Amino acid sequence: MKLYFVLIIRRQNYFYFSDMFLTSAIKYIGRYFILLGKVFRRPENMREYVKAFWSDLELLGLNSLGIVSIISLFVGAVVTIQTAFNLNDPLIPNYYVGIATRESIILEFSPTIISLILAGKVGSNIASTMGSMRVSEQIDALDIMGINSASYLILPKIIALIFFNPILIVLSMFLGIWGGYLAATFIGVVSPTDFLVGIQSDFNSFYIVYSLIKTVFFAFLITTISAYYGYYVKGGAVEVGINATKAVVSSSIAVIVANYILTQILLG
Amino acid sequence: MAAIEVHNLKKSFDEQEVLKGISTTFEKGKTNLIIGQSGSGKTVFLKSLIGLHQIDEGEILYDGRELSNMDTNAKKSLRTDMGMVFQGNALFDSLSIEDNVKFALDMFSGMSSSEKTDRANFCLEKVHLKDVNNKFPAEVSGGMQKRVALARAIALSPKYLFCDEPNSGLDPKTAIVIDNLIQEITQDFDITTIINTHDMNSVMEIGDKIIYIKHGLKVWSGTKDEILSTDNEDINDFVFCSKLFKSIKKNL
Ligand SMILES: Nc1ncnc2c1ncn2[C@@H]1O[C@H](COP(=O)(O)OP(=O)(O)OP(=O)(O)O)[C@@H](O)[C@H]1O
Ligand SMILES: [Mg+2]
Repeated sequence: MKLYFVLIIRRQNYFYFSDMFLTSAIKYIGRYFILLGKVFRRPENMREYVKAFWSDLELLGLNSLGIVSIISLFVGAVVTIQTAFNLNDPLIPNYYVGIATRESIILEFSPTIISLILAGKVGSNIASTMGSMRVSEQIDALDIMGINSASYLILPKIIALIFFNPILIVLSMFLGIWGGYLAATFIGVVSPTDFLVGIQSDFNSFYIVYSLIKTVFFAFLITTISAYYGYYVKGGAVEVGINATKAVVSSSIAVIVANYILTQILLG
Repeated sequence: MAAIEVHNLKKSFDEQEVLKGISTTFEKGKTNLIIGQSGSGKTVFLKSLIGLHQIDEGEILYDGRELSNMDTNAKKSLRTDMGMVFQGNALFDSLSIEDNVKFALDMFSGMSSSEKTDRANFCLEKVHLKDVNNKFPAEVSGGMQKRVALARAIALSPKYLFCDEPNSGLDPKTAIVIDNLIQEITQDFDITTIINTHDMNSVMEIGDKIIYIKHGLKVWSGTKDEILSTDNEDINDFVFCSKLFKSIKKNL
């Protein structure tokens, strides 16, 4: 009898919680799309939006060049070394190391892993800047001037990242493969000639297109999700921090899920 | 017809009922003061008026047009006619002081760059600020930030000016300068001004109409002359609580 009650209560709780989860998920997603609806409106003044675009491009794009370059070089080198060790089999030609390095860099490392790093770097920046503006009423001040604060603050960022992340990713591909070449040259896990032959063999240029399509989607998700968490902060400094963390976690998850879906669609 | 009419305005946050049905009118060319204790709902009232808070009940009319019925464009154009000084200033901290004042001009005015600079300097001079154009908000004092906020609010020559404690944090002399400036702007340009304040000097200086809010209700309203002679206990308790004001009242 007792057990029976416990089960009933458990079941009700289960439904209660799943119900709550569902309604709050719907609420979040609803608010996200409402925000997007506010973002994509005609700008009050094109020149000011363009000005904002250039400063966002510098802050969110150009400032990422350093970290993207360093990570790409080193990861490219490591991928080459590890692939060389794993393919150390007399039946597999040495130049396969070059092919494998190229494919993993172009298909996954550059678009996805670099986007995840940018989700951390750019996402926390967007969410915390906008969150601080919200709690110090600067966003209210924009609204009261008759400016569409959502559009003015978010649209230039979306465009800046959609424009610049593909450039970053192409750079990352080059540097990653170059890192692999350096590893071949200086560590000698595979001969540089074999590596060069490898990276030129069986090249499918659609993979680059696939990567860049992914990058554009990721850039959109990172910007809008982080902006969402920044724009709707309520409270003070602590909440700004909490939402900046949520922005990074959520946009990273979104990137991973989108990666899976886009790969199914484009390569499946 | 009054420029701004408020009917039965109600606003709650979760369980807490902050505004419990306020009705009043604000006239053009007059400085309207809202007074009341800390936490009585002045800021919430002002923010509800300008549409920053979604109200639960009631009507707000701007020159006869209801705020909640306006579409996005009408609301936007109404807002370009509003100037607001926030209680916490809300200056754009990534912009210099001059750029803060110029911001709305950049967005909406179509002025040339030198016209905008002239206008910004004019507004900054009005609030007695000089040689701070290139500083950032964090680099000037709190009272100076307040004045920058006022300069920014009047940059686009608003038709409606809202000030949430514009002279808190200012010395008495500068506070009176700011009060008089607000009154001057109000009268010269025939605009509708609403000011939240605790400052009894302001009440006596510029109170064309005074509304006293207590626990979310309008308890009293009248002019600065009426406030001196009223028998309303609440208001006497609030306004004449200091020894100085008690003695003033006694000697009237
Ligand atoms: N965003 C909000 N969410 C929840 N409660 C709020 C919010 N803003 C204000 N309140 C509550 O409403 C009440 C009135 O606050 P309000 O800021 O209007 O006071 P005030 O009269 O402006 O006080 P002060 O003179 O100190 O500025 C307070 O009890 C406050 O806790
Ligand atoms: Mg207040």
